[in-house]
Order: sequence, then structure tokens, then C-alpha cells
Amino acid sequence: MTNINNKISTASETLSGSLVIKAVKESGVQTVLTVPDKTTASGLLRPIAADKNLQHVRVCKEDETIGISAALSYSGNRSLILIQYTGLLDSLNAIRAVAVDYEMPICMMVGLLGKEPGVLPTDSKRYGVKIIQPILDVMGIVHHVIETDDDISIIKPAINKAYETSSPVVLLIGRPPVAE
Amino acid sequence: MIKRDECLKSLVEKIAEDEIVVAAYTTAFDLVAIRPSPYNYISSGAMGLTSSHALGFALAWPDRRIILLDGDGSLLMNLGCLVTTATAAPKNLIHFVLENGTYEANGGHPIPGQDSASFSGMAKSAGYKNCYELSDIDAFENHIGSILQEEGPTFVTIKCEPGEIYPQDYRYMHSAKIRDEFAEAVKNF
Repeated sequence: MTNINNKISTASETLSGSLVIKAVKESGVQTVLTVPDKTTASGLLRPIAADKNLQHVRVCKEDETIGISAALSYSGNRSLILIQYTGLLDSLNAIRAVAVDYEMPICMMVGLLGKEPGVLPTDSKRYGVKIIQPILDVMGIVHHVIETDDDISIIKPAINKAYETSSPVVLLIGRPPVAE
Repeated sequence: MIKRDECLKSLVEKIAEDEIVVAAYTTAFDLVAIRPSPYNYISSGAMGLTSSHALGFALAWPDRRIILLDGDGSLLMNLGCLVTTATAAPKNLIHFVLENGTYEANGGHPIPGQDSASFSGMAKSAGYKNCYELSDIDAFENHIGSILQEEGPTFVTIKCEPGEIYPQDYRYMHSAKIRDEFAEAVKNF
């Protein structure tokens, strides 16, 4: 069993987009590969696209990001994939082959579109959201829920660990980050 | 039609020893036989992603030419990569498609669009800077030198058929060893 967050943070009830991006940059990410996701479109994707200090690559379909990210890693260029959970589901074979079988440091930030705030993903009424963590567990992929500002401290060590151990990690965005 | 092995033999004579060549499936088996090199990057396991790996390398090392040997079946599984790549516009990427009209690694069944799809036409519409289609070895020999010198992204369809059949060691292709050797070879790029 990989590390599911077994509770939702409650001390804060919002998620700051700028603080998430700050943590991503502090983890050494230089490139962000994106397919738009409604959950993160305003709070993360728009400011990332405007950030001159990040290389932003718009990608047609989510599985492409897995190959691009793996290749970038050979140069030491750390990348983050920003997609929706539907795109994660659509990319499972790419993730299985490249990230898991080939042990590549693929870091995915995945919006859980429609997840109810304060509710565990596995307790969501949305079938697609509910099945994400069990699928990641079966695949042996480490994952964390980023629901509020209290969870942002998870991001940097999670990305660092992925690159240090050459293994994938999924950061599940549990509510729309606030655009500032 | 161009014999694939003849095409690859001609191509590898024209590229540097430390040039990254990204290849998939049957073409990859030919490549490692014709050009045994740690700078070969073999993409397997997730058919279609060869082109995405190549784009990643092109973005990672913008001052190094990246040679991509894609398959027609592989490209069909990732057609969006044409638009992604054209938008990213890496000047250092040359995207070859070895078009044999079949899923050769999966039993030789025909690809959809075997007699109708134009891969160079799709690449042109997607926004690749230069697009070519070569169907005989003389044309390949006459043009490949100048094509390799152009600022990309460049797309070249090679109408081909199998030539000499080389060993197909899938265990080696999927091994960590081959990726470790590549990582070691490029670590000082």
C-alpha cells in the first residue's frame, strides 16, 4: 500500500495557487507539461503559462506528457505534468510502461474535477474520482492529496523523492486552487 | 519503395557518433544491428510515445540534433504529437516516419489508411516547418544530406519495406541495461 492521505486537512479551507506554484518551483521544476483541467485552469495553469521562469509546453493529449517528461529527465530538467484525472485514466498504459516498468521520475499533478471539498477522494460520489487512489495503489504509485494550504508542504519533498528514487508520484488536487 | 535497412545504413553514415537516435519497435531492432550505440534510445512498452520521447530530448538539448525514427502505426496512435511538436517548434528535431503500411511488430496487419493517409500531409497541416516524402533510395541519397541540415522541425516520410531481417530481442529492448547505457552516455551533454 502506498501512502494515501487518510484524512483531509481542515485547518485551512482554501488552496492557494501561488503557494502551490512556489512549492513546485522550489522543488526544482523547470518545465510544466499541461493539458487543461477545469479544477486547475485558473489557479495553476493560467499563472504557470504566464510565468517567464517556467518552460510551459501545451500538449494535445495527456499520455504524450509521460514520454516528454521521461526524456527531459535524462538531461536533469525536472518537469511537472498538470492534467485532469480523466487524462490520468486515459494515460494508464503510458504510466505503466514508462513511469512504473521503466522506473522514471514522472511527477503528475492531477485535478480531481468534481470532488466534493473536504471529502476523501475514495468517498466521493463521483465514480471517476472515487477510483483514482485504488488504481494508483494497484499500480504501486505513490500519491498524495493536496486539498488545502496545509498540504502544500507535501509537494517539494514528494517531487524531490520522485527524482531521487526515479519513481513516479501523483499529487491529487482536491479543490480548485485560488487564483491570486 | 526503400528497403528499410538500406535507408538506415545510409542515414547512420551521415550522422555523428554521439547523435541521439530515437526509434521504436521493428525499426529499433534494425537500428541497433546497423548502429550499435549507447546514443540509440529505444522506445517500447507504450506504442505511440516514441515521438513524445523525441520531443522531450529536443527540448532538453536544444543545441543537439535529435533524429526520430517513428513508425506509421506508432504515429497513428499519437497523432496529436504532430500538433504538440509543431507548436513547440524544436529547431533540432527531424521526425522520420518509416511507412510500411502495417503494424509490422504485431503480425503485419495493415494500418488504417494504408493506401490513403498522407503522414507528410498531416505534418504539414500540423505546422512542421519542412515536410518531405521519399520513396526510392536514389531520392533518399540525393536529398537526405540537405534535409539533415535544415532548421526544423522537419518531417520525412520514408515509403519502405523490410530489408534484411535482424534479431528481435525484446528482452534486451525492454531491459534496464539499455536505458542505463543511454543515461550514462548522455549524462555530460
